[in-house]
Amino acid sequence: MKRTLIAAWLAAAALAGQAATLKATLIVPEDDTRLERSRAERAYLGHPTGPAEAGVKLALEEGRFELDAAGSNVELKTEEARDLAAARAAAVAAEKAGAAVLLADLPADWLLAVTDAVKVPVLNLSAADDRLRAADCRARLFHVYPSERQRADALAQTLVQRKWTKLLLLTGPSAADQQRAQVVQAAMKRYGLQAVGSKPFKMSADPRERNLANPLLLTQGGNYDAVWVVDSDGEFARTLPYQTVLPRPVVGDAGLVPVAWHAQFERFGAPQVSRRFHKAYARPMTAHDWTAWLAGKALVTLAAAQPKGPAAAWQQALGKVQLDGSKGVNMSFRAWDGQLRQTLLLTDGQGVISQAPIEGILHPTNVLDTLGADTGEKLCKAPR
Amino acid sequence: MRFAPLAAVAATAFAAHVAVAGTAYISSEKDDALTLIDTATLAVKGTIATCKRARHVQVLPGGKQLMVACTDSNAADVIDLASGKAVRRVALGDEPEAFDLSPDGKVVYVSNEDSGEVSFIDAATGKALKTIKVGEEPEGVKLSADGKTLYITSEVASLVHVIDTATAKVVKNVKVGKRPRRMAITPDGKELWVTNELDTSVSIVSTADHSVIGTIKFEVKGARAEDITPVGITMTRDGKRAFVGLGRANHVAFVDVAQRKTTNLVLVGKRAWNVALTQDESRLWVVNGLSDDVTVVDVAGAKAVKSIPVGRVPYGIAIVE
Repeated sequence: MKRTLIAAWLAAAALAGQAATLKATLIVPEDDTRLERSRAERAYLGHPTGPAEAGVKLALEEGRFELDAAGSNVELKTEEARDLAAARAAAVAAEKAGAAVLLADLPADWLLAVTDAVKVPVLNLSAADDRLRAADCRARLFHVYPSERQRADALAQTLVQRKWTKLLLLTGPSAADQQRAQVVQAAMKRYGLQAVGSKPFKMSADPRERNLANPLLLTQGGNYDAVWVVDSDGEFARTLPYQTVLPRPVVGDAGLVPVAWHAQFERFGAPQVSRRFHKAYARPMTAHDWTAWLAGKALVTLAAAQPKGPAAAWQQALGKVQLDGSKGVNMSFRAWDGQLRQTLLLTDGQGVISQAPIEGILHPTNVLDTLGADTGEKLCKAPR
Repeated sequence: MRFAPLAAVAATAFAAHVAVAGTAYISSEKDDALTLIDTATLAVKGTIATCKRARHVQVLPGGKQLMVACTDSNAADVIDLASGKAVRRVALGDEPEAFDLSPDGKVVYVSNEDSGEVSFIDAATGKALKTIKVGEEPEGVKLSADGKTLYITSEVASLVHVIDTATAKVVKNVKVGKRPRRMAITPDGKELWVTNELDTSVSIVSTADHSVIGTIKFEVKGARAEDITPVGITMTRDGKRAFVGLGRANHVAFVDVAQRKTTNLVLVGKRAWNVALTQDESRLWVVNGLSDDVTVVDVAGAKAVKSIPVGRVPYGIAIVE
């Protein structure tokens, strides 16, 4: 199934005539299970609630004036892919058709297949896996979505700020949960937090498994300042707050959650962005939507700065582009792993409680680099 | 506590120097009110309730009334200064943020933040005379002294739109720094100064051909470039000096206009944004958006005199003497 959106302004293009067009293709999974109605309606924090195309389209529409003024254009196509092979084929076809940049809302393996199949840069809109920024990094892969490490570090900093240093860690059964729990433990170590207990949990009504499934049993024994729950699925985590034995906050995948965006963020012009999104798509703007929107803004920024292109110039500029994502700071891609350095928001789902990096934390060059992999770690060997 | 009497003495000494009876009106976004401060004693005199989410505030021609634009009321309140009462409400279109007035006070030019428009409004009736589509999140609005040219910043498009008020058409889009906010025009009318919040800078635009003829980058010791976020700007009447609120750098910069160089930096409150000078230009008032106060700065000594708590999320300021 193909859908095409010409986010260009035909009248303007006809007038300008010679204006160069930055072509971009967004590749998304067909029949995306994350967006099935029953899941999307739950709106677990940190999960998408609608297609990535929405955010990109909004940014292109907003960029109209800037593009018109510069005499340039951005054209977006969206392709749906059934599987890894289809995603790869879509990427190859897009490159052949002249796409200067690919946008991908794909799982890690698909994303790597897409990136390795083409020579154009790829913007990652949703894969948080740290391996994509380390052992499996690629020189042309740019991560707009924050890594697991960035999110875990943001929460760890916040806990340090609150002096909630003793944590009970609850980890779900999936492979993703196991991996993410390791990231959480690394973040706790980095910021001097202590895991006073670590237990697996499981969604189950089986009385023989009640030790794994019952929040009261899971949270009894020992003292802790907060419960950090790692639940990639989201259903268990949602039921955990107010069900702990001790009256302690829940953080991680429920309770207090680190995210790239929340529609209730009040600073730096953020309400206007969220309101425009809501107006256009009748749902609150999530972190995934913001990420897609910012990727669209990146395209607009590239096209407006160099209206005549060519594609090579845009691709060159991407690594150095400074982006305004209405979070009060300029954001750019890290030279060492292609990750967008950015402020993260801590939300309870109702509002934005705080921001990370926390005030007072120091870094030799850019305080945003206290979140996620820093240059000295040399985890990504692909030269940029 | 030990230093309190000294501070009081200092304040009195300054008060003696600028003993002009006057009032500063500070709008605050979160409590729908103006806070009134005596410019001589620097004491809060009271508050005036306004429309919802009060933002830009400006004295109307004649000096007897003040207009405050309210984003959530889609309107402005006109407040009679003598009685301290709102005398009428003028519709300003969707989500008005900042405005300027025609020299005769008959037309309000206002940025409509959410719809990405500029509206020309009949000040008497609130009727929209013209609506012009501009870049998203239009913010600062500045009219040339002759009333013929209107300048609007778009925060998203990083443009200054130049609009001919007679035809209500955009005649030029000027690319400036990232997230342009507020503007000032030199008294000779030749230069438009634009603050760029995410570019650590002020862009200087020639009003003759609308080209960018200069850029002033700000530096503050101990602050990184990303924490220097200029917003508010004003100039002395002789056009020799400009004052720029540096946002999260918590300083206000004094700039030599001819040299285009920062001469002084004064530490004020958190997220210093809009600024205003007293009539005799001896003092600069700085509105601090994150510390919920205003800082009064002695211009000659380049030193903060006093910070005064006001409403929640203070935004704009107008001084009447």
